[in-house]
Amino acid sequence: MDEILEILSKDARRTPQEISKLCGKSPESVKKAIKEYEDGGIILQYKTVINKELLNGGRNSVRALIEVGIMPQKDLGFDSIAERIYNFPEVKSCYLVSGGYDLLVVVEGDSIQMVAEFVASKLSPMPNVRQTATHFLLKTYKEEGQIFKKSIKHKRLNISP
Amino acid sequence: MQISKRVQELPPSGIRAFFDLVLGMKDVISLGVGEPDFVTPWHIREKAISSLEQGSTSYTSNKGMPELRQAISKHLNAKYKLDYDFEEEILITVGVSEALDLAMRAILNPGDKVLVPEPYYVAYTAVVHLAGGVAVTIPTSPKNKFKITAQDIQKAYSKDVKAILLGYPSNPSGGSYTKQELLALAAMAKKLDIIIISDELYDELTYDYNHTPLPTLPGMKDRIIYLNGFSKVYAMTGFRIGWVCGPADVVAAMTKIHQYTMLCASITGQIAAREAINNGFKEVQRMKMEYDRRRKFIVEQLNEIGLSCHMPEGAFYAFPSIKTTGETAMDFAKNLLNEQKVALVPGVAFGRSCEGYVRISYASSLENLKEAIARMKIYLAKSRGKG
Repeated sequence: MDEILEILSKDARRTPQEISKLCGKSPESVKKAIKEYEDGGIILQYKTVINKELLNGGRNSVRALIEVGIMPQKDLGFDSIAERIYNFPEVKSCYLVSGGYDLLVVVEGDSIQMVAEFVASKLSPMPNVRQTATHFLLKTYKEEGQIFKKSIKHKRLNISP
Repeated sequence: MQISKRVQELPPSGIRAFFDLVLGMKDVISLGVGEPDFVTPWHIREKAISSLEQGSTSYTSNKGMPELRQAISKHLNAKYKLDYDFEEEILITVGVSEALDLAMRAILNPGDKVLVPEPYYVAYTAVVHLAGGVAVTIPTSPKNKFKITAQDIQKAYSKDVKAILLGYPSNPSGGSYTKQELLALAAMAKKLDIIIISDELYDELTYDYNHTPLPTLPGMKDRIIYLNGFSKVYAMTGFRIGWVCGPADVVAAMTKIHQYTMLCASITGQIAAREAINNGFKEVQRMKMEYDRRRKFIVEQLNEIGLSCHMPEGAFYAFPSIKTTGETAMDFAKNLLNEQKVALVPGVAFGRSCEGYVRISYASSLENLKEAIARMKIYLAKSRGKG
């Protein structure tokens, strides 16, 4: 990965000025490269990884991984069915996968009921959806390369030769 | 109790009191740490954990586990085309610190002199003294990025000089030597027939050119005691594993001392070290890239706030001049600590000729570096206001 992308993928708050100092390039060339990545659809979004389990004691946040079996439509394949599914705002991620089912869908809602309702009334009844298996997430250990456990940090001595 | 004369003669470390001051203070932003801020990569820690689960808690052979010595021999061969026999020419030590001590005790007779270019790592002159030798420090010039030249060696030479102790990339200056520069130094050492003890602990953290180990230079291998270890490059300071390569007779002599004083290095550390040298390449590159970015950042920032600083070539230290403040390095360090709670190490810790310089370790997060620079800027504005 390009150095600019690597720096931003770890911390999207880094400014072009900072990045330019970190990799010894001019701020203008860094700005230009970022603009090209944005225009080319390589950089899609700048987001924050939030530990929702700590927010409001974990209330108001439920996520589920849903395995979805699809009956592919003639001439349309998986893409058009996937599109009907991923356009729902409840769907946070959607992947076509190999193996025993076809789509892996990550759904988020305020409560178990809301997610269950989404599956029962929106996802399952969809034509061509053969079957679903819903796995509610109980605990997040690591996400986007970030470990969620708050660890007791070992501290180095403040000074050493 | 009556303390031995030799220990009493060890010059009291002027820096000790300053270190104690820093250690006693809270909420300090420290640029004074001589070790990586990364924890040891997980695959290495995981190997150490499973070795404990399996009950690997015994002594190892004095020289160190043969598997580790073999791995080091293979690594040096693959990376530098060096050829060291793992049975006779490699010894595993408790960090390079022990290796330095062993090297001096193995080669020095009372009164033998050892050349030590300034700035030097704090232990260099002490180990020479403790082994009964006399350290002859050689000042170097900031104009030459604190690097020693063949002429410097010739000038400092006298007939009692047995060896020169060279550390590169350097703690504290961050300076290192290109192959061309080393060839000149090696030729002079050969001409004067002195041993080179080469401490290359930061070898993989060389940024602008490839590191050249001294023993790779033609005709030099038998004249060099080559020291290296795992602490800095693999972020394994607490494991305390170093190694020595050298001619069989020197390694045997060092092993003799090691077996009576240390017996062997810790088995857990050795198992972890083997994993590091066999499979640590990717993690080393990741850390090196991170240091390199901080290096560029900190040097640019130091120059911007008016502390002139050359670009270090290796390790994770910058060595800026604080002469424009008109303060001594020690006063600057103390005042900056007291007023802005930023810790760094005054250059005089590394030799008298380093007055006017401070060591800044950039083995610290970018956030810390940014905050430290901001505080230093405030300090400088105030002190210039006073002046």
